[in-house]
Amino acid sequence: MLKGIDLQVQAREALTIIGPSGSGKSTLLRCLNRLEEPDAGSIHVDGVDLTAPKTDLNRVRRDIGMVFQSFNLYPHMTALGNVTLALRRVLHLSRHEAEERGRAALEEVGLDDKLAVHPGQLSGGQQQRVGIARALAMQPKLILFDEPTSALDPELVGEVLEVMRRLREQGMTMVVVSHEMGFARDAADRVIFMNQGVIVEEGPPSQLFGAPKHQRTRDFLRRLLH
Amino acid sequence: MGQILYYYFNLDVIWRYLPDMLGGFLVTLSMAALVVVLGIVGGLVLAVLRAFRVRPLNWLMIFIVDAFRAVPPLVIMVFVYFALPYVGLSLSSFAAATLSLTLVLMAFAEEIFWAGITSVDRGQWEAARSTGIGFLGTLVSVILPQAVQLAIPPLTNRAIAITKGTSLASVIAVQEIINRASSAQAQAANPSPLMLGAILYLIIFAPLVRGSRWVEARFGRRR
Repeated sequence: MLKGIDLQVQAREALTIIGPSGSGKSTLLRCLNRLEEPDAGSIHVDGVDLTAPKTDLNRVRRDIGMVFQSFNLYPHMTALGNVTLALRRVLHLSRHEAEERGRAALEEVGLDDKLAVHPGQLSGGQQQRVGIARALAMQPKLILFDEPTSALDPELVGEVLEVMRRLREQGMTMVVVSHEMGFARDAADRVIFMNQGVIVEEGPPSQLFGAPKHQRTRDFLRRLLH
Repeated sequence: MGQILYYYFNLDVIWRYLPDMLGGFLVTLSMAALVVVLGIVGGLVLAVLRAFRVRPLNWLMIFIVDAFRAVPPLVIMVFVYFALPYVGLSLSSFAAATLSLTLVLMAFAEEIFWAGITSVDRGQWEAARSTGIGFLGTLVSVILPQAVQLAIPPLTNRAIAITKGTSLASVIAVQEIINRASSAQAQAANPSPLMLGAILYLIIFAPLVRGSRWVEARFGRRR
C-alpha cells in the first residue's frame, strides 16, 4: 500500500530504494511497468502516461527492462532462448539478428560460454546474469531491479553487483530495490528510504547513510548493519 | 491343465474366429486413436480458452467438464446413441461411442492441462509480460510448454484408462474386439476368443503404455 508517492527519476540516474519488508518498495517498483496496478495517481515513463487507458502497455514495456528476485528464467529454454524470446516475439527480429543481439547481451554479462545451457544447470549468480541479459537485449531505456541479489548465496552476490556496476558506468537508467548497501553506497546517485508506504527520506548515498535525518532511517540502517 | 487349454486357449476355436477378431481389432484400434488425438487436442483447446478467464464461459465450461468427469462413460455412450436421435442427431454406433469417449477424455484432459497452466509460477508470466510479450504470446511460448510437461504423466495414464473404455462400445453394438469375442464365445460355446481378445488388447495397449513412459522420459519435466 503506497501513499502519496511523488518521485522523479532522471535519465541516466541510478536510484536505489531501501526500506523494511512491507514498506512498499517492491510495490512501487512494480508500478513502474504496471505489473502492479495503481489505484490512483499517474506514472509517466519517457513522456508516456502508463496509467492512461489507451496506452499500449506492451509497447511501453519494451523499453523498461525488469530483473526479478527469483530470476524467473524460462526453465524450458536455453540461456540464449531466454534472452532472444522477446527479441523475436516483440521486436520481430529474424532468428539470426536475435541470436546476434542475444549473444552480445550474454557476452556483456560474461556468459557467452553458456549460450546453450538451461537455467537449471546454472548457478544462482549466473541465472541472475542471464536475467539481466534478457532485460538488456531489448535495449531498454530503463531497467528495474527487484531485489536482484536477495535470493543469492553471499558468495554469488558479487558477480551480479559487478554487472550492475558496469551498466551503471555505461549510463543505464536504473531503479534498484535492494538490501544490498554495497551497491547503493558505491553506484547509486540517490537513495530513497521507504517505510509504511511513504518515502521517508531521500538523498545521495553519502548523506543518507552517513547522516540520516530521520529517526526511522537511523533505526533501519542500524538494524541492517548489525 | 488340459481343461484350461481346451476352454481358454483352444487353437481350433481361435483359428476359426481369428479373421473376425482381427476386424474387431481394427475397429478398436481406430477408435482408440481417434479418442486419444481428439480428446487431448480438445482438452488443450478448452484449457487455453479457460486461461482467458471469461467468467460466464468458464462457469459453463467447469459445469460441463465436471459432468463428463462424474457420469460413467457407459451412460454417456447409451445416451448419445439412443437419446440424441430424438433431437434429430442420429450417429452410427461407432461415431456415438467415439464421440462419447472423446468428450470424457477431453473433460479430463482439460482439467489436467488447466492444473498444469495454473501451477506454472506467476513469475513466469511477469517475466514474459515485462519484456512486452502479450498475454497470448506468453501463454503459447512460456506457459504452455511448461504446463504440458507437467501434464504428461497424468495425461498418459488417463488417456490409456479412457481408451480402454472402447470395450464399452460393445453395448451399443459396435463391432469391436469385445463384442466380437463374446458372440464368438457364444457360438463356439468356448471362451477362447475372449483370451484372443485380451491378447489383441495387449497388442494395442502395451506399446501405448511403453510409449507413454518414453514420452514422459523424453518430454517430462527435467528435475
